[in-house]
Amino acid sequence: MQAFTNTLPVFRREFAAYFSTPLAYVFIVIFLGLSGAFTFYLGAFFTRGQADLQSFFLFHPWIYLFLIPAVAMRLWAEERKTGTMEILLTLPIPTAAAVVGKFLAAWAFIGIAIALTFPMWLTVNYLGNPDNGVIVASYVGSLLMSGAYLAISAAVSSVTRNQVIAFIVAAVVCFLFLTSGLEIVLAFFRGWAPAFFVDVIAALSFVTHFEGITKGIIDGRDVLFFIAVIAVSLFINVGLVELKKGG
Amino acid sequence: MSELINLSGLTKRFGPITAVDNISFSVNRGEVLGFLGPNGAGKTTTMRMLTGFLPPSAGSASVAGHDVVNDTLEAQKKIGYLPEGTPLYGDMTPAAFLEFVADVRNLKAPERQQRIDDVVAKVEIEDVFYRPIETLSKGYRRRVGLAQAILHDPEVLILDEPTDGLDPNQKHQVRSLIRNMAKDKAIVISTHILEEVEAICTRTVIIAQGKIVFDGTPGDLLAQAPTHNAVCIRVPRARAGQVKTAIESVPDVARVEHKEDSDGRTTLVVFPSRGRAIIVDVSQRLTERALAVDEIGVLQGRLDDVFRRLTLEP
Repeated sequence: MQAFTNTLPVFRREFAAYFSTPLAYVFIVIFLGLSGAFTFYLGAFFTRGQADLQSFFLFHPWIYLFLIPAVAMRLWAEERKTGTMEILLTLPIPTAAAVVGKFLAAWAFIGIAIALTFPMWLTVNYLGNPDNGVIVASYVGSLLMSGAYLAISAAVSSVTRNQVIAFIVAAVVCFLFLTSGLEIVLAFFRGWAPAFFVDVIAALSFVTHFEGITKGIIDGRDVLFFIAVIAVSLFINVGLVELKKGG
Repeated sequence: MSELINLSGLTKRFGPITAVDNISFSVNRGEVLGFLGPNGAGKTTTMRMLTGFLPPSAGSASVAGHDVVNDTLEAQKKIGYLPEGTPLYGDMTPAAFLEFVADVRNLKAPERQQRIDDVVAKVEIEDVFYRPIETLSKGYRRRVGLAQAILHDPEVLILDEPTDGLDPNQKHQVRSLIRNMAKDKAIVISTHILEEVEAICTRTVIIAQGKIVFDGTPGDLLAQAPTHNAVCIRVPRARAGQVKTAIESVPDVARVEHKEDSDGRTTLVVFPSRGRAIIVDVSQRLTERALAVDEIGVLQGRLDDVFRRLTLEP
């Protein structure tokens, strides 16, 4: 696997970079705060009277919508801006290894943030007898979905040297993936587009695939969908870095 | 194999602009090649192609026998590279950064720690080893950049303006560092500081508008100066005419220029034909005719003049 030589050093460097600035701590605090607040206030965790984490996972797609592009925006835009991309890509590191190393580092970081929501899980187990299989599946689904958001945002970050642009464009692209399954978007297409096209749009929706998993129905296709989005985005990311190296 | 770098018809176009136009040269082990040219001549672009950062539009380049396009990774393993302006990860310390580079360069214990210690001592960054790079001065940053370039003791060293922005002491230090490494490596240094060429380079390639306009030793370059081997004589004004006539008939003297100085003396500049050394003949003639002069000396020629002539020619 020569294309992935030196993925590990890139991973380690990037991962450490998150914790060498306040970014990591700010992100984790905001993520935990928001996911908690949404669960208890908007999600009506207590009044629902159900021992599950549905109202917790329900908001993940929306929290990720702006938090993940914030994590990913620096991945490539910063390298481009400061010129360190020239160091990175003239060391014996294949572009694919750099892309995957950076992605995995950011994903691992988000994974830590997600893992730190474990008090939620403890709480619900203390209050009742939830189906822990469903909760584990939901966590896996949430992690996969965050990976899809992240891969898209990382690819967007590689075309600009401006982190603000990277953030906004990534958020918009993620928003399109998020909402493509909602009736408000589908209704727009239903009027004129052929039925199969509407189905394709709906099939690209993060919400549709994520909801399937959080209801405890682990469908191989949902998992495969997120993995495919990650793979395709990373592939595009490699292409964009190669294409725009000098510029 | 003594030829470590080979460029053959290397060309880079950015849209309608040809930044590097059909450049060919090679560098052998033991050579320090000064790569000169005005700003925007294509030095950096050439170096970026050589290090596998930019793909060439045409032509090819190889490092230690590895093609930089088809065998990029192997070529990059042989190269130590200091990019222009020394971009570095500001949030890292030199310690963490060198560990990262050591990982990437696949340096293994026990040699690994030894290499890091060695390099840190060589470029003298012990004092700032644990401070974030973004807080370091330009000189220290440059040295950290140099440290990462030489960490794996590469056969090929490519340094883009290694002394740019350093103070004279730091420049001296970097130059002796380069000179000490030179004998078993091929080194390419881009610069627009001409004194640097005389100080460390064994060979000079000058490019202008993407094309090679000179390839030879710094001595060859100096020989192209119009004042090379010219003789400068200062005499009291009263005797100037006499001296001038005496010298003009010396063999190999092409012409004599004179200039009245404010202190009542005249400076005569004697230009040789075809750059020959004429000082002996000239002084002999003066002795024969018993003409005393106040000063006599050989002009070395100025690199600046040659540089300007070579790079401004259309």
